[in-house]
Amino acid sequence: MDKKAGVWAFVEQFEGTAHPVSYELIGKAKELAADLGVETSAVVLGHNVSHLAQEVISYGADNVYLVDSEILKDYRNEPYYKTLSELVKEHSPQILLLGATIQGRDLAAAVATEMKSGLTADCTGLDIDPETKKLLQTRPAYGGNIMATIWCPKSEATQMATVRPRVMPIPEPDNKRKGKIITKECALKEEDINLKVIDFIPTKSTDDEADLAYADVIVTAGRGVANPKNLDKVKELAKLINAHLGGSRGAVDIGLMDHKDQVGQTGKTVRPKVYMTLGVSGAIQHLVGMQFSDYIISVNIDKNAPIFGLADLGIVADLNDIVLPLIEEIKKRKNKNA
Amino acid sequence: MQAVVCIKQVPDTTQVSVNPETGTIIRTGVPSVINPYDLFAIEAALQLKDKTDLEVTLLSMGPPQATKSLKEAISFGCDRAILLSDRFFGGSDTLATALIISEGIKKISKEIGPVDLVFCGKQTIDGDTAQVGPGLARRLDYLQLTYVSKINDFNPNSKEITVTRHLENGQQVVKGNVPAVLTILEESSFRIRRSPLSQMIKTAKYEPLIWSNEDLKIDKSVIGLKGSPTMVKKIFAPEPRKGGDVLDVSPKEAVKAIIERLEEREVI
Repeated sequence: MDKKAGVWAFVEQFEGTAHPVSYELIGKAKELAADLGVETSAVVLGHNVSHLAQEVISYGADNVYLVDSEILKDYRNEPYYKTLSELVKEHSPQILLLGATIQGRDLAAAVATEMKSGLTADCTGLDIDPETKKLLQTRPAYGGNIMATIWCPKSEATQMATVRPRVMPIPEPDNKRKGKIITKECALKEEDINLKVIDFIPTKSTDDEADLAYADVIVTAGRGVANPKNLDKVKELAKLINAHLGGSRGAVDIGLMDHKDQVGQTGKTVRPKVYMTLGVSGAIQHLVGMQFSDYIISVNIDKNAPIFGLADLGIVADLNDIVLPLIEEIKKRKNKNA
Repeated sequence: MQAVVCIKQVPDTTQVSVNPETGTIIRTGVPSVINPYDLFAIEAALQLKDKTDLEVTLLSMGPPQATKSLKEAISFGCDRAILLSDRFFGGSDTLATALIISEGIKKISKEIGPVDLVFCGKQTIDGDTAQVGPGLARRLDYLQLTYVSKINDFNPNSKEITVTRHLENGQQVVKGNVPAVLTILEESSFRIRRSPLSQMIKTAKYEPLIWSNEDLKIDKSVIGLKGSPTMVKKIFAPEPRKGGDVLDVSPKEAVKAIIERLEEREVI
């Protein structure tokens, strides 16, 4: 077996900066490759992105397939799927992982169709079956009420999966690590591409949207926060402890929070050091988005709320009896230390 | 000019669970609904129909009962509805499903008129894969436009379409030529209209067309379970994370406990 054709991770990048999910994928790919006794490779596509090759090697890639071309400057489905499919056809990796991001899903489904590959979306667990050496892909289904393990027992095509960001840990980079960089030319011509990018409107940098998934500390407001006045206090608390503000679906449904701040199955998956919920009851669809937090503190008035089933510290109380005294106490301590 | 909107009848996923003993899905008594994301796709198509001579065909794949969703959806003002239904289609994964639906669209192109626009929801609530839309684009070799939040412009004469689509860190405005497959985001501007009364009367007795594999004539080795590389190995209830202390104490003591934990973790 060609060891180089082992496990591949697609490196998603924007203007030369890799999306952190790319490192999560390389870490996982390396584990799977070790189980199979093969090499880990990364694919970097873009324009002026050659610096990313060494970067992904430091995170664990043995080989990097690098295609640097102006045609690949902005993400567009056609040139990306064609370039990636060509690489897959040429090298037949056993496994190809992409992030379950907007771009990753857009690209993976096109490549999978082209390659007639099995593709499993939004995986939260990946393992190698010890007997058959096939990839076992576990993901939540039916809104998180069910977990399903999917595999491709009969297919010889590359096994493909998109992986939910923030579920796999980011490996420690080693800058001295050595790997092989394989540079490829892009065979496509701009005039053959049926899509032009005419504008790009970046998400405002004051916006928490891009950062919420990768925040270290998160305070999440639930339906129990109930009104904007209470929310202001929650915001003050979040600011005081340098936390990002998240919302449950309940808080979004009553118009208190925006969908972009939603944590859960249909929102963001988060993995902070500390996750504090206020007035969140803990519907399953919320729990699947925050269960990987290192430490969970939850305040809810209902002692039977499901959130207490997984919170490391649960407080049965009206959040309005807690938030203000908590703010006062933290301020007091800050002043003392100042 | 022809457009197709792909819809799926799905179980209301909030009511689905696993029998922990048998490891099977409990769906008894769970109601079926039109996949909520597909309603935005219907509205996006109808908004173009309002402005042009577009004809909108609803297309679904599923068991015969799925005609219920098509009958409901046609009342919004669509022109016709077709269900792809055959026991050989059952068990199809996203790769095989996209193939079957693409063959349905090819048949519409051949018999009703060339399909320039295919609309899908961004994903379904039961599968959550977002893979069938792109799969259709590849099978049909149409332009793939996913996560569309706005149709900025469509010129039926030049066949040029300009849309705004979401990316991870912003929005991209792109322009290309139809035929295209669009997957539509759940934007308020695409919230489904009320069915006009006249349309409801007109469609009350409407029966969707049903096409089987006799009509589509797809090689049976590439559809259904046989044509699906992915298989479910097992399903199980999610393993709950174990909780810790739950304190029912005075606010003062509660605040003290929270402060302690925040300090331990160096948040404050």
